[in-house]
Amino acid sequence: MSYHIVVCGSIVPDPLQTLEPVAGPGGPALKNEMMLPAVLDPWAAHALFEAANLAKNVPGSKVWLVSVGPKAKLQQVMMHVAQKVPFELVVMDGPAGGFVEAADTAAALAKAVEGITGLDKGKLLLFGGWSSASRGTGATLQILGELLGVTEQFQGVDELRPADDGSFEVKERIEGGGYLRSRCAGAPAVLGWATGNLPEPPNNPQVGMQNMRLIMPALQKAQPAAVGAAGVAYKAVELPGTRRQTRIVKDTPVDDIAREIVEWIKG
Amino acid sequence: METILYLAHPEDNGALGRTALEALAAAKALAAGLGAPFSVGLLGGSVQAAADSIAACGAAAFFAAQGEALAASRYSTDAAACEALCRAAGATLVVAPATARLARCLPGVAQRLGGRVDSNCTGLTVENGAPLVSRWYYRQRMVAAQIREHRPWIITVAPCCFLAEDGQGGSASLQAVDLPAVTPRTEVLGIDAPAADEQTIRPEAEMLLVAGAGWTKKQADGQSHPDKAAEHILGFLDRTKASLGSSKSLVDLSGEGQSVLPFLTHLHQVGQTGATPRHKKGLATCCHGEEPHVVGWRFITERRAVNLDAGCGWAQGKADVLYVADAFAVMAKVNELLGK
Ligand SMILES: Cc1cc2nc3c(=O)[nH]c(=O)nc-3n(C[C@H](O)[C@H](O)[C@H](O)COP(=O)(O)OP(=O)(O)OC[C@H]3O[C@@H](n4cnc5c(N)ncnc54)[C@H](O)[C@@H]3O)c2cc1C
Repeated sequence: MSYHIVVCGSIVPDPLQTLEPVAGPGGPALKNEMMLPAVLDPWAAHALFEAANLAKNVPGSKVWLVSVGPKAKLQQVMMHVAQKVPFELVVMDGPAGGFVEAADTAAALAKAVEGITGLDKGKLLLFGGWSSASRGTGATLQILGELLGVTEQFQGVDELRPADDGSFEVKERIEGGGYLRSRCAGAPAVLGWATGNLPEPPNNPQVGMQNMRLIMPALQKAQPAAVGAAGVAYKAVELPGTRRQTRIVKDTPVDDIAREIVEWIKG
Repeated sequence: METILYLAHPEDNGALGRTALEALAAAKALAAGLGAPFSVGLLGGSVQAAADSIAACGAAAFFAAQGEALAASRYSTDAAACEALCRAAGATLVVAPATARLARCLPGVAQRLGGRVDSNCTGLTVENGAPLVSRWYYRQRMVAAQIREHRPWIITVAPCCFLAEDGQGGSASLQAVDLPAVTPRTEVLGIDAPAADEQTIRPEAEMLLVAGAGWTKKQADGQSHPDKAAEHILGFLDRTKASLGSSKSLVDLSGEGQSVLPFLTHLHQVGQTGATPRHKKGLATCCHGEEPHVVGWRFITERRAVNLDAGCGWAQGKADVLYVADAFAVMAKVNELLGK
């Protein structure tokens, strides 16, 4: 039993950047959004690495990365991502910022997935991050699954273990540092990944060259996606404001510091 | 007029959890603000005890989806149950706790109902006769207040943002909803939870101890002391029953094959790509980072830090107190003072 693994993931501003909200024509946006350095959405990136690892271990499997995002920025990010693991890119050209509806993004992704030639839905594993680093709803994958009729779904996944009969075991994060363990009879299924357990793969220029051969045409072919936030009114979009007056305790004996901390804990 | 449904599930002990009781408070306040009725929808193996515990909460009706198939948390059966509960209640607004179980299935339920979902909301009020939610974007780097035209509208509320409802027990009369036939292809095998004495993630704890990579770095004597670090950290958790969080750098060290603290996993990571805990007090030790890194304790009310560096980025402008001192020495003494 092989898998057709479709990883859904887009780009987000580099987590180390300072963001500033501005009012755009279609609602809130980020100041200089197109200029901000971007990265592949971190949890989706983990999903991609897990997908590649699974495909490597289950012969006959294949990985697609399906992305709704501004194609110029996607191209920049792909120069880096392409060096990590083998995949085929499918692009819908549209916004990928925080202030778009999960339902719209899911609808665009569904269209893109439906359009993949050679995709066998009986073998489909839909991967992605369990939530994005932009909108953070944790909703897109579930909606996409529903649109594609896939109702075996898992979120906060850290582990997928396939068995020879096509079934697989999944570990999902739950409250209190625990895991819910389930066995799914097989594809099709939706899996929203947390970090998983794999380190980021090192760059491999050969893989990069192979990937880029397909990535450039995919970007050129990208269809526009109608993604927005119709029906939502943002009354305020702000940076968390409050700065604390930090009291700095220096050159103080450890005993005094410890006593103060203990009083605070008990207080 | 809006019709509000409060949707929740009992925990394994049959009772509603704290997050569920907080969401009930949010739903009640919303109903009061809109002058609209609300009903309760519960799903689970058996929900009578949970319903009874909130029987006097003022709900117009109690809908129940229960049975063996709903005893465990699984997308296909949960989504079908929640969909049936929402339809039975004719809900235009659904308020639910953002538990792992409901966070997984409610977006799919919104799709089935032709509705929309806003998850992990940290505020829910009424303004000009309409619900107004606040939620965070870009991983706790931006907060927005928003209203929505679309109905039904499912709103999940994040833990620790509302005061939990309490003490409204009685006996609730349940209306069973018709559940569609679902043949799940997923079998729930069980829960892997750390043994009680190894449990270091405690969402309900008063206090969070955040450990940073500094605990594993070379110290003044040119050596690193992971054993001592473990002793201080675990000793503190043992004495205070605090929850443990970690910076990304520290949990990532294991991937790089460095000497690490074996009790730390990715589940401990707090911050942009980790959890966003909401404890009353937080003590960050040996952590360093600029604004984007320190979201891990954005929702901690009282914050203190111990770091050798007076310019510590976790602390400057973000903590109430920064102790510029050796955390090994400070925590040893703190543990001694806390006793056994
Ligand atoms: C995509 C991405 C996602 C990220 N997500 C997260 C995230 O989710 N969470 C997160 O935390 N970060 C995140 N980061 C930020 C990043 O990993 C930070 O570098 C990290 O959080 C900082 O690690 P640290 O504080 O543990 O260690 P360091 O920066 O190494 O700081 C160690 C500190 O310990 C102090 N120290 C050493 N010894 C002692 C001693 N004896 N006593 C007192 N102090 C001592 C040192 O002075 C130093 O300040 C992310 C970054 C990226 C790029």
